[in-house]
Amino acid sequence: MTGTINLDGQTIPFTEGQTIIEAATAAGVYIPHLCHKPGYTPHGSCKLCTVKVNGRNCSACTFPAADGQTVISNNDELAHDRRRITQMLFVEGNHFCPSCEKSGNCQLQGVAYHLQMYDNHFPHFFALREVDASHPDILIDHNRCIFCNLCVRASQEKDGKNVFGIAGRGINKRLVINSPSGQLKDSDIAVDDCAAHICPTGAILIKRTGFQVPIGQRIYDHKQISEVALAAEGGSCSRPAAALAPSQEVAHDK
Amino acid sequence: MTNKIKVATTSLAGCFGCHMSFLDIDERIVALAEVAEFDRSPITDIEHCGPCDIGLIEGGVCNSENVHVLREFRKNCKILVAVGACAINGGLPAMRNYVNLEDCLLEAYRDGIGVENAQIPSDPELPLLLDKVHPIHEIVKVDYFMPGCPPSADVFWTFLTALVEGREPALPYELVHYD
Ligand code: SF4
Ligand code: SF4
Ligand code: FES
Repeated sequence: MTGTINLDGQTIPFTEGQTIIEAATAAGVYIPHLCHKPGYTPHGSCKLCTVKVNGRNCSACTFPAADGQTVISNNDELAHDRRRITQMLFVEGNHFCPSCEKSGNCQLQGVAYHLQMYDNHFPHFFALREVDASHPDILIDHNRCIFCNLCVRASQEKDGKNVFGIAGRGINKRLVINSPSGQLKDSDIAVDDCAAHICPTGAILIKRTGFQVPIGQRIYDHKQISEVALAAEGGSCSRPAAALAPSQEVAHDK
Repeated sequence: MTNKIKVATTSLAGCFGCHMSFLDIDERIVALAEVAEFDRSPITDIEHCGPCDIGLIEGGVCNSENVHVLREFRKNCKILVAVGACAINGGLPAMRNYVNLEDCLLEAYRDGIGVENAQIPSDPELPLLLDKVHPIHEIVKVDYFMPGCPPSADVFWTFLTALVEGREPALPYELVHYD
């Protein structure tokens, strides 16, 4: 089945099985998102892609497109909600961008810039979270994890391993490592794994690559995440990030 | 009598980097001085801020004096602006929030490498440290936020010219940075 949906007043086509975000992306319309990535099973957890479908709020990354749907993505109310959601992500983790080597290449930050987010609005949790620097090549800073589940999906779906999991609920939610000690060094992750390169934030970093591109010359320093996402995600996007040379580090972000 | 806009500025738990960045507006400060004058700020050496139009706060809140100064600014300034990462989210000073305060003091003043004449400062004149460093919006209502570490001179200029002219400040994409 194919058909058309009406997205913010524009008629766009979709094909059988496409979600709203897939149809939008194919038509060149950016819907803000963090836990969605083309080629990965939808997760629907960050709610940043919330749109109004025939008057009801739905996640565009999980909701199938259907003929005749009226979808609203671009209005003040949704922009406000998305800003609040992003602010919640900032206050429940510990995001000190000036001290983060992902700054400028970080999708969470890129989305916040795009949403014109100037402040964090809510009181900060200042939650106690750990850094796992045990692995020789890969570092995990739990302070920056937004539980998008992309590393979990990448490890299972692309690497054929099962290195990551999300455990607990609500404020006790945490990213766990499948290894006897719970540390990354005792897991079977390898530096070339997709899971090591997929993190949209600075939670999973490759050691000794941090400042190859100086701050100020990084991707979201100059380009809106809307342009970057559409350029990278418009086509098929299953190329493993590990195939990229370290000097193209920014490309891991896409 | 003067019709000039009154601006007060202060640095709480900050490094004065935001003030330095403000000065980077360079010769535009002459145009600013034609419409605005400084009340309390590092350039005037006025101790308490009087009634003002705009208050610019750099830094977060880490001790009792910061709380008093911040409340005084809120009481006296029609528009209060959080300037820079520390005022907005606690910034670098807030990275001590994950360390017990006692351990923090011991490391800095007794056990740290190179410490001589080890003692925890306890002069009654010293403001008491808070258990945690807080962004200023957790203590008082804040009207506007200027992101950046520090916000660039162009951010200061864009914000201040808008406020002085009574417009809603908005930043073009290139000026929004958290680092
Ligand atoms: S992960 Fe992104 S948002 Fe978080 S501190 Fe790093 S750059 Fe900032
Ligand atoms: S570590 Fe990164 S990829 Fe994994 S869940 Fe957290 S934010 Fe997502
Ligand atoms: S992108 Fe749709 S819920 Fe996260």
